[in-house]
Amino acid sequence: MKTTHICEIVSFDEIAQDIFDVTVKCEAMAKEAKPGQFLHIDCGDAADNLLRRPISICDAYEDKVRFIFEKKGSGTDYLSKKKVGDTLDILGPLGNGFSVLPESKKPVIIGGGIGVFPLYMLSKKLDNPTILLGFRNKSRVCMEEEFSKIGQTTVATDDGSYGYDGYAVNILEKMLKNGECDIVYSCGPMPMLRAVKTMAESHGVKCQLSLEQRMGCGIGACLVCTCETTSTGTHKHKRVCKNGPVFWSSEVTLNG
Amino acid sequence: MADMKVNIAGVEWNNPVCVASGTFGFGREYGEYFDLNELGAISVKGLTLKEREGNKAPRIAQTSGGILNSVGLQNPGVENFIKFELPELKKYSAKIIANIAGSTIEDYCQMAEILSDSDVDMLEMNISCPNVKEGGVAFGTDEGMVEKITGEVRKKAKKPLIVKLSPNVTDIVKMAKAAQRGGADALSLINTLLGMKIDINTKRPVLNNNVGGLSGPCVMPVAVRMVWQVANAVDLPIIGMGGIMSADDAAEFMLAGADAVMVGTGLFKNPTLPTLVSKGLCEYADKNGYASVTEITGKVVPN
Repeated sequence: MKTTHICEIVSFDEIAQDIFDVTVKCEAMAKEAKPGQFLHIDCGDAADNLLRRPISICDAYEDKVRFIFEKKGSGTDYLSKKKVGDTLDILGPLGNGFSVLPESKKPVIIGGGIGVFPLYMLSKKLDNPTILLGFRNKSRVCMEEEFSKIGQTTVATDDGSYGYDGYAVNILEKMLKNGECDIVYSCGPMPMLRAVKTMAESHGVKCQLSLEQRMGCGIGACLVCTCETTSTGTHKHKRVCKNGPVFWSSEVTLNG
Repeated sequence: MADMKVNIAGVEWNNPVCVASGTFGFGREYGEYFDLNELGAISVKGLTLKEREGNKAPRIAQTSGGILNSVGLQNPGVENFIKFELPELKKYSAKIIANIAGSTIEDYCQMAEILSDSDVDMLEMNISCPNVKEGGVAFGTDEGMVEKITGEVRKKAKKPLIVKLSPNVTDIVKMAKAAQRGGADALSLINTLLGMKIDINTKRPVLNNNVGGLSGPCVMPVAVRMVWQVANAVDLPIIGMGGIMSADDAAEFMLAGADAVMVGTGLFKNPTLPTLVSKGLCEYADKNGYASVTEITGKVVPN
């Protein structure tokens, strides 16, 4: 039987304003975790946070699982007040992660904002990936050094305050035009995902997208975290938690 | 150890704990977290005559002590349920309750006929889904319609018929009595309360459907009150639900007059909650010296 895990926090750092980098100890989850999967984390009293919060796995090794989140609402506010030595009640790892295809030789990873974190474990499984990371401005840039150790990494900022002046998708477009990419992996805000999907598909390049949605059960039973797909009937809306969060771009419409 | 068996409209459940329709799919997912044999019954995801794609996301919003949902009855349709889901569910000792929703009386009658020839143990008529026109909420909020639709479906159903009541009414006792006059074999209550959540920054409702059904601990006092009122007014088995997060909560429902309970939203916080509820109810019965869990029912001492 699967179960919830009570995990001790072994490291806890605020790596940028309101961005928290957490590592918990849990051998069972660390062994099972695959890139792109997520954790469903209990956020305390039901009166405040009845729902768990889905947070993507950033990395897993030995008996450790690492995740990074942004403090945004009541759930992540609760999590942001935790400290080393506290425990978390975690369900996971959950969902379908990224697929690494042996025939793809020129993988490109493109992440935006907090969407870069779920791509880290994936980048380590790929052979010489090109990594494009987009942020709003210099103060939001995270994990550049870690990604740089794995592959050619370019940071872009929307306001040009650091690295490439513009959107990461502009760089992706050039690479696709030059034939420097045969598979794209992406996670980030919806406008970025839509641009990535359109660009990759127009160049006939395979593309996997990690989607985000408000979730309930997290395991596929309650049907609240759906995304629209190209299928019909009861399969039109697939479950982000169970069928995803990673989908092939050709499966999803990104229209809701 | 108290005897945990309960009899709901002639169907014997191993214990009084059922999972609520719409929170449990068809059992496949939660079946990975606990043995479904530990459940008294399973009320499956609401079924319609034909498959439905459901509403656009977001379909969920968190509120204080609860959640709003507007799934919109996404389901594979009654025939696919019988073919692909029911055989899996029948591997367990838990009784299987088919929850049905329609847009016309004929829809409900046709589904009752189809399911009567299947292996489901009971039918639960959803005349209270707040999220779609087809969910029958129009039937569930009018006394005359409750009696009429219950009567029509009762004629076609060869299985015990549970009528699930909507709390979105002025007087739930009138609806309960109407269901009894129509021939209901049992009542389940409450369905979700119609609610709304607005994002003050975007000035837009969080749910794509604007409004949705409220569930969770915030609705429990309303639900307990309604169970108590209905239990005092009708002579039918009652399945109580609404925000159960613990065995203590379930005991409250039974004291108010419920013969059994359903656990729903609480699963999202604790996927094994139903097993804890049933264990805790047994302990509560033992502590009170009851030989059977059924002795808890209606034991509230009103002031």
